[in-house]
Amino acid sequence: MNFDYVMSDPYLFFLQIAFMIALALLAIGSLMMRSLFALTMMAGAYSLICAMWFAVLDAVDVAFTEAAVGAGASTILMLGALLLTKREVAVRHWTKWLLSFLTILALGALLIYATLDMPAFGDPLSPANATVGRAYLEQTAKEVGVPNVVTAVLASYRGFDTLGEAMVIFCAGLTVFILLHKSMSKPYDAEDHEETTYKADENMRGQAAEASES
Amino acid sequence: MINPEHHLILRYVARLVIPFVALFGLYVQFHGDFGPGGGFQAGVIMAVTLVLYALIFGLDEAQKAVPVSWLRIGAAAGVLLYAGTGLASLFLGENYLNYTPLHPDVAHKKGQHYGILLIEFGILLAVANTIALLFYLFTERLSDMRDEDW
Repeated sequence: MNFDYVMSDPYLFFLQIAFMIALALLAIGSLMMRSLFALTMMAGAYSLICAMWFAVLDAVDVAFTEAAVGAGASTILMLGALLLTKREVAVRHWTKWLLSFLTILALGALLIYATLDMPAFGDPLSPANATVGRAYLEQTAKEVGVPNVVTAVLASYRGFDTLGEAMVIFCAGLTVFILLHKSMSKPYDAEDHEETTYKADENMRGQAAEASES
Repeated sequence: MINPEHHLILRYVARLVIPFVALFGLYVQFHGDFGPGGGFQAGVIMAVTLVLYALIFGLDEAQKAVPVSWLRIGAAAGVLLYAGTGLASLFLGENYLNYTPLHPDVAHKKGQHYGILLIEFGILLAVANTIALLFYLFTERLSDMRDEDW
């Protein structure tokens, strides 16, 4: 492993260590947490720290997206979804979650093993920097004439991909609309349906009250 | 329904902040060629103005200002604007989504510049309207929320 870049900027290095520790603490904390509201907030904080990390690594466009979408929009949508469900994580016996926990541990170990093959940070000879990335940097001023190369790649060179992304977002929104909107659930009796959801809601509140008393 | 006398400071501050948030969204949108930003980020920021309005003044007020049907049409218009820009360059004799022929000033790459602005605006419309639509759909399923629920 190459530690040259640690020596060239120790401040950056320790900042990244601090981010890593904060992310690990948040991950462990969310394992312990039972309140879904607190979990949503912690996911938002996790995204925000990731965004700061990206900004420190000079990936400002990615940092901006992570802060806006990861910390902002998905937190709002999670809170909205939270209104439709319970407020707390159900407690499960350890035999039930042990298998999934081991699976996640194995997956994490695999990912860490895979990072050992990654090129060093900022390596100019890595495939991403040496081939197509370099071509973009050299050609953008001549072919697209836009100062921000990220925008040139996203909108011009990879315009097709971005069109696909816009369509994915649109289709996702449309699907949720078809699933959830009132005007789409005409076939069965709308009033009856409201009655039952209201009752279910009351039931849930009753259970929550009992749980907090006991 | 939210009591109009409730959360007076929040309501006042929101009224001050929302225009600036929207302005920042437009800055991120139209400055995307020069600095960080672009349609995706700007779209989320624009959607957040509506979400903030709905959180402070209530969903009914927000839906009076921006009805659900607008959001549906807006999201579709965004995707159509993007795909339409591609079609325009196709009819001007270039490849699909090659913006060079959109403006006669080829030497200064003005076509590329306008093409990027157009498709970024399409992304802005699609993202902002979809995020706001998702927010509406989730929140309007619950008639009322009490503070004790948290």
